[in-house]
Amino acid sequence: MPRKNEIKKVLVIGSGPIVIGQAAEFDYAGTQACRSLKEEGIEVVLVNSNPATIMTDKNIADKVYIEPLTVEVLEKIILKEQPDSILPTLGGQVALNIAMALDENGFLEEHNVKLIGTSSLTIKKAEDRQEFKNTMEKIGEPIAPSLVVNTISEGLAFVEKIGYPVVLRPAYTLGGSGGGIAENEEQFLEILENGLRLSRVGQVLVERCIAGWKEIEYEVMRDANGTCITVCNMENLDPVGVHTGDSIVVAPSQTLSDKEYQMLRTSALNIITELDITGGCNVQFALNPNSFEYCVIEVNPRVSRSSALASKATGYPIAKVTAKIALGYHLDEIPNAITGKTYASFEPTIDYCVVKIPRLPFDKFIHAKRTLTTQMKATGEVMSICTNFEGALMKAIRSLEQHVDSLLYKDFEGLSVEQIKTDLHRVDDRRIFLISEAIRKGISLEHIHDITKIDLWFLSKIAALVETETEIKEKELDARLLLKAKRFEFPDSVIAQLKGISEEEVKQLRKEYGIAPAFKMVDTCGAEFEATTPYYYSCYDSVNEIKAQKTKKRVMVLGSGPIRIGQGIEFDYCSVHSVWALRKMGYETIIVNNNPETVSTDFDIADKLYFEPLTPEDVENIVNQEQPDGVVVQFGGQTAIKLTSALLNMGVTILGTSAENVDAAEDRELFDGILEQCGIPRPQGTTVFTKKEALKAAQELTYPVLIRPSYVLGGAGMQIAISDKDIIEFMDVITQHKQEHPILIDKYLMGKEVEVDAVCDGEDILIPGIMEHIERAGIHSGDSISVYPAKSISKKSQEVIIDYTQKLACSLHVIGLINIQFIVCEDEVYVIEVNPRSSRTVPYISKVTGIPIVDLATEVITGRKIRDLGYEPGLQKASEYFAIKMPVFSFEKLRGAEISLGPEMKSTGECLGISKNYHKALHKAFLGAGINIPKHKEIVLTVKDADKTEAIDIGRRFQALGYKIYSTSGTCKVLKEHGILAHPIHKIEEPSPTLLDLILEHHIDLVIDIPNQGIDKSHDGFLIRRHAIETGITCLTSLDTANALLTSLENGMKDFNVINISEI
Amino acid sequence: MKAFLILEDGQIFSGESIGSTKDSISEIVFNTSMTGYLEVLTDPSYAGQAVVMTYPLIGNYGICYEDMESDKSWVSGFIVREMAKLPSNFRCDVSTHQFLKEQDIPGIQGIDTRALTKILREKGTMNGLITTNENYDLEEVLKQLKAYRVKDAIKTVSCKEKTLYPSEKEGTSKKVALLDLGTKHSIVRCLTKRGMDVTVYPAATKAEEILKDNPDGIMLSNGPGDPKECQDIIEEIKKLYDSEVPIFAICLGHQMMALANGANTQKMKYGHRGANHPVKNLETGKVYISTQNHGYVVETDSLPEGIADPLFLNVNDKTCEGVRYKKKKIFTVQFHPEACAGPLDCGFLFDEFMKMMEVDT
Repeated sequence: MPRKNEIKKVLVIGSGPIVIGQAAEFDYAGTQACRSLKEEGIEVVLVNSNPATIMTDKNIADKVYIEPLTVEVLEKIILKEQPDSILPTLGGQVALNIAMALDENGFLEEHNVKLIGTSSLTIKKAEDRQEFKNTMEKIGEPIAPSLVVNTISEGLAFVEKIGYPVVLRPAYTLGGSGGGIAENEEQFLEILENGLRLSRVGQVLVERCIAGWKEIEYEVMRDANGTCITVCNMENLDPVGVHTGDSIVVAPSQTLSDKEYQMLRTSALNIITELDITGGCNVQFALNPNSFEYCVIEVNPRVSRSSALASKATGYPIAKVTAKIALGYHLDEIPNAITGKTYASFEPTIDYCVVKIPRLPFDKFIHAKRTLTTQMKATGEVMSICTNFEGALMKAIRSLEQHVDSLLYKDFEGLSVEQIKTDLHRVDDRRIFLISEAIRKGISLEHIHDITKIDLWFLSKIAALVETETEIKEKELDARLLLKAKRFEFPDSVIAQLKGISEEEVKQLRKEYGIAPAFKMVDTCGAEFEATTPYYYSCYDSVNEIKAQKTKKRVMVLGSGPIRIGQGIEFDYCSVHSVWALRKMGYETIIVNNNPETVSTDFDIADKLYFEPLTPEDVENIVNQEQPDGVVVQFGGQTAIKLTSALLNMGVTILGTSAENVDAAEDRELFDGILEQCGIPRPQGTTVFTKKEALKAAQELTYPVLIRPSYVLGGAGMQIAISDKDIIEFMDVITQHKQEHPILIDKYLMGKEVEVDAVCDGEDILIPGIMEHIERAGIHSGDSISVYPAKSISKKSQEVIIDYTQKLACSLHVIGLINIQFIVCEDEVYVIEVNPRSSRTVPYISKVTGIPIVDLATEVITGRKIRDLGYEPGLQKASEYFAIKMPVFSFEKLRGAEISLGPEMKSTGECLGISKNYHKALHKAFLGAGINIPKHKEIVLTVKDADKTEAIDIGRRFQALGYKIYSTSGTCKVLKEHGILAHPIHKIEEPSPTLLDLILEHHIDLVIDIPNQGIDKSHDGFLIRRHAIETGITCLTSLDTANALLTSLENGMKDFNVINISEI
Repeated sequence: MKAFLILEDGQIFSGESIGSTKDSISEIVFNTSMTGYLEVLTDPSYAGQAVVMTYPLIGNYGICYEDMESDKSWVSGFIVREMAKLPSNFRCDVSTHQFLKEQDIPGIQGIDTRALTKILREKGTMNGLITTNENYDLEEVLKQLKAYRVKDAIKTVSCKEKTLYPSEKEGTSKKVALLDLGTKHSIVRCLTKRGMDVTVYPAATKAEEILKDNPDGIMLSNGPGDPKECQDIIEEIKKLYDSEVPIFAICLGHQMMALANGANTQKMKYGHRGANHPVKNLETGKVYISTQNHGYVVETDSLPEGIADPLFLNVNDKTCEGVRYKKKKIFTVQFHPEACAGPLDCGFLFDEFMKMMEVDT
């Protein structure tokens, strides 16, 4: 059927800020869908509060709204834009929930707007636990015995019937928030209480635990004509019990016979048919490993993280096809862009093995519980492709960039057999390494299987890798053995380490034996049809498929790898824009990346896509193949920057700032020299290597000091130390990994933080704008509320900032982007950090100023001048709009994580508030971050002694707004002394009722708890903050944030306009 | 042990021997299914052919004897990227390597199967030799390869005597005559499961003999080789056509029914072998994913007007995937509704066949 002509204007809803459980995959899906709709001549209106996304670019949709994703805002946009349809299935759970709310309150019907893609009835059938259960029973699809409960007593009664262990799943939450497995009543009550609260509808599903079964997923597509296909199936290496987002996943399934494969495939198709889904859908199954018994775990009636993975794993563009189906097309009418010969109704078949490994944030949250459960904790993921499982696993491990390039894991080497057997029961992110250590120590695969329930096939593959390690160690490294190791994707460096020779020697041997990688194409069809889309992976097989013909100059852009705290979606935005700019300039473009969630790894972004790890060896292989005329590293975050010196050794030209100058910015002594030369002050500081040096330096600078390793991202391992004790703890943690670079110690200055991004062409600089942070220095810039244009910085200071930026850019010979952070303290401007690369703030500033920063930087690195590009150098005229970037956190997902803010970054995403009025912009930003108060008008305010004076003002203002304030004795006393009616509440160690009881009563809107600086956070404060977060209460740990929130509340800016940023 | 695959065009792949170590000359074809290698190995349609699996990891779940599609393996050789050392599945009886040995099927692993597939795609299906003899005489081998043709395959694979498979359902059942041109067990199972008593006849059975048993319906099975080769069988099929008994035919049966009615078949460049081929029902517009295994195809243009209409179309290359005979209760499909290996989406065609038998004429 051709497309429905009545659809002319479609509203696409994005997924909002990046949080755990909802990452870049929806930018990928949304961007692809918007392009697919525009291709059909549809007018596309897009709304998403996340400014770091590509989908919110002016060229992706016709009208773009970067506004909070709330029902009220959506209503405003619908009234203004009058779309005829809404496509709700591409923005994850957030978009689905909003669309449902708009449907349920009758707004859509009233304004004659249709949900396309999937109907509200379908969404309800799939998402509402009871409806889903009824539907599955109707069509005879088995689900684990379960009951939807609304109260604790209902839950207890049911669990008595089915027995422990049970799984709990709250309805309508993302990433399995609040869910978990309970082995006993105590755990059961804890999870159930929490789940009932988190669920949008106060429902939790309690079901028989099928932990240990195989977890299998199918990605299915269906059109309005009822044609169904499966795009891909996937098998989780981790059996049921670990959220699929936290599992190692392989595609296609490996241990299923055709009978099992087809049984589940048929079930998935029956389900999608009964639910009447049109578009993409994800069905998760648990399969009993010892029979044909299975259960349907979950159905997502929308594109998902898994569908992004399936798209990248097969080459089948699920989001694009979903958009076309929503317009009325049938699968057999949609051409397959990869082959050009087949149609979307062709099921992909693959001739390689795909492995996905999640990227978990425990390097940032060292105190958080590492245990993996049904609640997702990963911030991102990597994918790898190889012709064997072993190789794919090895490639994925090194793509994670977590200091591990193989299955060898230092921490486990010393463990005894008994200890390993005990530890194998623990399900965490390092289990794969522990398993390999178990195999190394001679524990039988059967024994490991008994404990972990991981299928023996996977264990045998891990064993094959361990055997290969031993062979390398013990046998002669002849051509046969080296080829075997390379087929299993052992990096040269690991082979060298095992063999006790140098990496260069391994490389030489490879050359001698003629062992080099071949590149193969991802073509959706197992080579059955000729494909033209150049989407490649490497493997050590014989025949290389890349035809070496070069017609134009070739530039390679290095991507940013997995999404992690400190390096998020913004770098994908920059990489993609750089590729687009280069293509426009007539270059042949190559992108290298390993993140399946991103736009950059979509097959039609660059001229060639290499889905590969971003390590020197892997990149060198591509360089040898492609012989690029230039490589771009400044847009791929620290991942790409880190490869600079390796690229230089390969003799490749790096476009933009040279490697020496990248070093100069990172190397403390070189950098100090430059500052001195330019006459730019910085907080006093020094570099150290040892604990002893660190202590001495800190004492000389006088506390508080800032301590951090050099060459890091997102302030990794950065701390404010207030005493020797802090320094000692810090040095103990940081020296766990081998330190190639020194540790930096600086005097900590408490001033205003200011940030600029600038483009420099070697002579002139262009500064799109100056941003100011609301939180004072000491809180990581990524976790601060950032205001553009800067509001409270004097004209004089601004001029100094421009001057310093100019001087620094020129002295560092920056070509391209530079990001500089300043502290303005008592009218004095200090430089605290310089990054000769793109930054987190580039996308948002581009959008609000209308200056295409990445495009300009890309032009500049290819030799053009700012003046030639139509821009006057210097600070650009400030926008008449305020744009306020608000950090968004995922603390509720990470049990045990410390939430108080500091120099180490903790936020996972961001949203934007835009308005001509500062207060309205601030209000929108808070709203976008999900901070929507008041509800009960009750707050808790407890501060450390040093902040008591500032707390008085805050207390007074909340009181004036009609809030009831609770405080513990110290704060309460101070407030009362100043005439503020504070209600005393017991500290945790005091008799009940205490602060914790109060929090758990659910009457508190907000907790303001300001902890002491330094590492030694009081345990009480920690408990208070954790409970607040886990009870769903907003918790602020900086008085500056509290001040800003108050300002927003005081100005009562509820009434605001929605702004189409393409008109800015 | 080393093994070699020598292609008709002189290209040589060297790998490691799996299964039997004997020499084997055959037609080399590729299959794109990611699961179901045992079903492929035991599908009689592959007689005279060696199969390359495009999915690189084969043998992961070993061999479950109950999934065999006939009593033995019919392929002449098996070519894979990597054969699993430790198969894992609760039903696994033996490893695939062991099975190949038992069945005396030679194979090769460790070669770049994707590169081989591309050669077959570009140059078309060709003959090849699998050997463990390192001292082969290339010139002599190529001569033999050029001369090789799949011959008399139907007679080899068809059963030797008439056999009854009773219905698996209680109550009265329909009688179906299944002409075994190389049938898979699944076709029989699809019929008995639905309550039919199935009598399987050897391929050489005369039409009269089948009709004499008064079947309610006739089923023509899949099978190996060039459909035009067996003119004698085609003549018998024409007689079956002329009777008023409802007929359903699959794959080779479909091709021979078309030939019996004056249509033409041709050899495809590299055929369709896999579990992901979309076929469109031209009467409903609905598309199904089907299992396919054929190297010959009915020419749509050659279908006799007024007698036969195309029923299914391959969405990718628009070739003929099914025919409805207008004046008769006959429909035939090129693909495999019995699946195994592959998707079960088209099983409803057996229900349609049953309906056809139930309606009184």
